[in-house]
Amino acid sequence: MTDMITTGRRLPDRLDNPVKSAALSWESLLVLVALGIFIANSFASPYFLNAWSLSDLTFNFTEKALIALAMALVIITGEIDLSVASIIALASTLMGLALQYGADTPMLVAVGVGVGILCGAFNGFLVTGLKLPSIVVTIGTMSLFRGIAYIILGDQSFKGYPASFSWFGQGYVWWVISFELVLFLVAAVIFYVLLHHTNFGRRVFAIGNNATAAQFSGVRVDRIKFVLFCLTGLMSGIAAVLLTARLGSTRPSIAQGFELEVITMVVLGGVSILGGAGSIIGVVLAALIIGLVTFGLGLLNVPGIVMSIFTGTLLIVVIALPILWRMYKERRA
Amino acid sequence: MKLWTLLAATATAAVLMAAPAAAQTRIALVVKSLGNGFFDAAAKGAEEAAAELGDVELIYTGPTAATAEAQIEVVNSLIAQQVDAIAISANDPDALVPALQRAMDRGIKVISWDSGVAPEGRQIHLNPSDIDLIGETIIKLAADYLPEGGDVAILSAASTATNQNAWIEAAKAAIPEKFPNINLVATVYGDDDSVKSTEEARGLIAAYPDLKAIIAPTTVGVVAAAQVVTDQNLIGQINVTGLALPSEFKQFIDNGASQAVALWNPIDLGYSAVYLANALVEGQEAAPGATFSIGKVGEVTLDDTNSAAMAAPFQFDKTNIEEFSKIY
Repeated sequence: MTDMITTGRRLPDRLDNPVKSAALSWESLLVLVALGIFIANSFASPYFLNAWSLSDLTFNFTEKALIALAMALVIITGEIDLSVASIIALASTLMGLALQYGADTPMLVAVGVGVGILCGAFNGFLVTGLKLPSIVVTIGTMSLFRGIAYIILGDQSFKGYPASFSWFGQGYVWWVISFELVLFLVAAVIFYVLLHHTNFGRRVFAIGNNATAAQFSGVRVDRIKFVLFCLTGLMSGIAAVLLTARLGSTRPSIAQGFELEVITMVVLGGVSILGGAGSIIGVVLAALIIGLVTFGLGLLNVPGIVMSIFTGTLLIVVIALPILWRMYKERRA
Repeated sequence: MKLWTLLAATATAAVLMAAPAAAQTRIALVVKSLGNGFFDAAAKGAEEAAAELGDVELIYTGPTAATAEAQIEVVNSLIAQQVDAIAISANDPDALVPALQRAMDRGIKVISWDSGVAPEGRQIHLNPSDIDLIGETIIKLAADYLPEGGDVAILSAASTATNQNAWIEAAKAAIPEKFPNINLVATVYGDDDSVKSTEEARGLIAAYPDLKAIIAPTTVGVVAAAQVVTDQNLIGQINVTGLALPSEFKQFIDNGASQAVALWNPIDLGYSAVYLANALVEGQEAAPGATFSIGKVGEVTLDDTNSAAMAAPFQFDKTNIEEFSKIY
């Protein structure tokens, strides 16, 4: 009798069909969107399908996307870092200052990356050590870091970076493959492994879903958050090196407004702004989509304001879509 | 799928917008940011020049945010479109250099106008005017209506503003020789902020009872000063002048708070930029001492940094403010 019951019922080891759930996942939606925009671009402009055009396209997003990788982890834990663009400004300014004292290329890179990590650690200390909300802390340091850059530079600029330094922002590793792109791809793989295939990554998700429960399960919540703020600082420092090298100069207004573009990439990539969910593949695809949209519309000389409307609409539609889908399913059920 | 509808709509719009490329010279006029009356007027002049030259297609473009990074994205897309020339008013003299050098490496002619790029990032720079001409003009605007001479004061922008400081230096240099009976009593700074400029203008009027003119070489300061003179019923006693946008300033020419103001003419500027870019595409060499024709505006000669000054600031008074206030 009991035998019959067990053989009669098949107990699946997961509720959704894995193929179906992969097809309905956020990432596959983003892949479709990216492909659609790519095809639309190819038809719309005769200049799009050209190796150099596609290479130029990547410069529109690599620096911001590098920061977005680390920002994704911060947002998954339920925190946020609004100071990333100001960290770029401060790191770039101090690199320029080091240049005035005769620093060579390795020294400049060390200064940029080092300043980034220190700024991140400062944010991390205020959030975890003093238990201040990260949105308040980083709104403060957003003004603070850029303010220091303005005090040092005023309306002046630093320039005259050595050619070996410019290579970081303008150089090509092979043919049209830029150093910036290679660095981004390597960083994306590292962050993918870190978030999805390590204990550290599991703990990041645990904190985002329920920080208190994570704490009682033995996760050192504050230490992980501190490390994540240092990571966004590090990535901002790296972005500062790339951007400064690409522009060949530093002004205190450098990277103005980058923080919102970075957060747009993260949210478009499917990371929950409330924390607890998200993937690196999604963020990488979102960066690619934003790059494709802005460059494609640029090729058609569409005014920038129309581009902002387009990215804004894209963001709202993509975020509203799963919610509408859930409402639709609930109504049918 | 809403997204698909959106994408399809964009693709359709995109196809419609992609004009068939004829065998034409394509010149891109890149501005600091779109939605700015000054640059829209420049584009109007550029269109006029393109029409006069015949086989020139003008691309008027620029970023929404006035940042160097956004402008580089615009330049990158123009490089990809293989335009023949780029004429840019730059958001940063240095940061645009690598991107524009890449454009020149790929055979695109590059000039800057209005707000310049460092010499290694462009072939020609067209200044709307030059420092000495502006310095002299702002004093002349006051002196023309003060035959007996008298006390004047300057209300500037921020004390760190590079442009304004250079003009004020040039103005001070011109006074002893050309305007001996003009007495500059003070220079104050309103930081291009309406409230601060208003306070500074009130302060000047209180501190110098014999003040005959306030010269504000900034579009924010000049409006603030004219408003103060109007509010304090000093029309006829104190003449406000300086650099002003006709559309913002028309009411003060009309009510008599100001006799005349000046500004570069953006229409002529856009017009001349297209003429210069076209001359380079046609093979004229940009070298110190070379002379270029800029159509109806005349001609310019390049100095040793390959930059040229278009003309003295264009004067607006009762006779022409009506017409120009509609343009910018």
